[in-house]
Amino acid sequence: MSAVLCDDVDEAVAGIQDGSTVLVSGFGMAGMPVDLIDALIRQGARDLTVVSNNAGNGDTGLAALLAEGRVRKVICSFPRQSDSWVFDRLYREGRVELEVVPQGTLAERMRAAGAGIGAFYCPTGVGTPLAEGKETREIDGRTYVLELPLAGDVALIGAHRADRIGNLVYRRTARNFGPVMATAATTVVVQVREVVEVGALDPEAVVTPSIYVDRVVVA
Amino acid sequence: MSLSKDELAARVAADIAPGSYVNLGIGQPTAVADHLTREQGVVLHTENGMLGMGPLAHGAEIDPDLTNAGKQPVTELPGAAYFHHADSFAMMRGGHLDVCVLGAFQVSVRGDLANWHTGAPDAIPAVGGAMDLAIGAKQVFVMMTLLAKDGTPKLVRECTYPLTGLGCVTRVYSDLAVIDVGPGGASVVEAFGVDSEELGALLHLDL
Repeated sequence: MSAVLCDDVDEAVAGIQDGSTVLVSGFGMAGMPVDLIDALIRQGARDLTVVSNNAGNGDTGLAALLAEGRVRKVICSFPRQSDSWVFDRLYREGRVELEVVPQGTLAERMRAAGAGIGAFYCPTGVGTPLAEGKETREIDGRTYVLELPLAGDVALIGAHRADRIGNLVYRRTARNFGPVMATAATTVVVQVREVVEVGALDPEAVVTPSIYVDRVVVA
Repeated sequence: MSLSKDELAARVAADIAPGSYVNLGIGQPTAVADHLTREQGVVLHTENGMLGMGPLAHGAEIDPDLTNAGKQPVTELPGAAYFHHADSFAMMRGGHLDVCVLGAFQVSVRGDLANWHTGAPDAIPAVGGAMDLAIGAKQVFVMMTLLAKDGTPKLVRECTYPLTGLGCVTRVYSDLAVIDVGPGGASVVEAFGVDSEELGALLHLDL
């Protein structure tokens, strides 16, 4: 089904269930779908597992969702930053679980989920605490760790521009996790700065094809 | 004389082959960029999805959509390219980067790296792209002081901090010496104001 163009961000996040796994794009604030996260706070879903590179910056976006006590678990590569005081406090109080995943493995696990790959052998993390308890295998003299796919019930993505059926383009390094997360969730919700008519995007320049996108909203 | 941080960054930059694709880690390695010359034609990779990264952005150049791995605003150079995160890390893991330069808590004489976690019980673990970079680049350079603030060696027989990668570091650039590490152990390439015997005594190693 081609994407639905929503009137506002509240319509765009309607129906997200308690206990959902939510993929959230962005690297720091670049590509972070702040308006969709604010709408998710209003929408009220709780007991969420959030997959994102970081665990919130400052007091807005992901940090605000965490501060509302709506996140049970964070799966990310880099929670600790100079402005991650919300996550730091909740983690130290034992109010949020944390799974730390090497950044490339985080991206590749979602890529695998979106590409129908059952698991993959990865050289990252071999011999480190993050590989403890995982199956390893030697292939052509090199040791690899078995990593499992990581899928979302919902992905919340910040992109630059969409057409009315959901083809997406991004801008500069705000692209980051968006294209991979768009492949890896059951329902993909995208906030963009602008929606254009079908045919107005150069097909050679489309980064996320419309097949992956369910809902688009301008914010 | 031991090298200042700036002299050390210049020393690393001088060792990077012309035309290399290079990732500079967060912190001290970032300063290497200031010493790369236009003639070297080095292309900088940033893990958040860009080749051809330029210097830090100032004033009207600042664009929230264009940042480096440390989330600072940067600029793009002619010939730049953008790509998503899975591609960015495939470049690392797939062995396409020529050099990465990282900081470290400890490096072992065989090239094991510890740079992501002190292991302190109250520390919040955060790995970012360190493990992917460590095992991916063809050459992994570490920039660090040779001794910790309390005088304990950071080049060691066995790392005591949690590891980032096994046998991945190829060369250590420090204030006191440039030292190759790897399967054959540590060997001094160049020392600054000390001789090998003095270095060995400082590090409790035979060099």
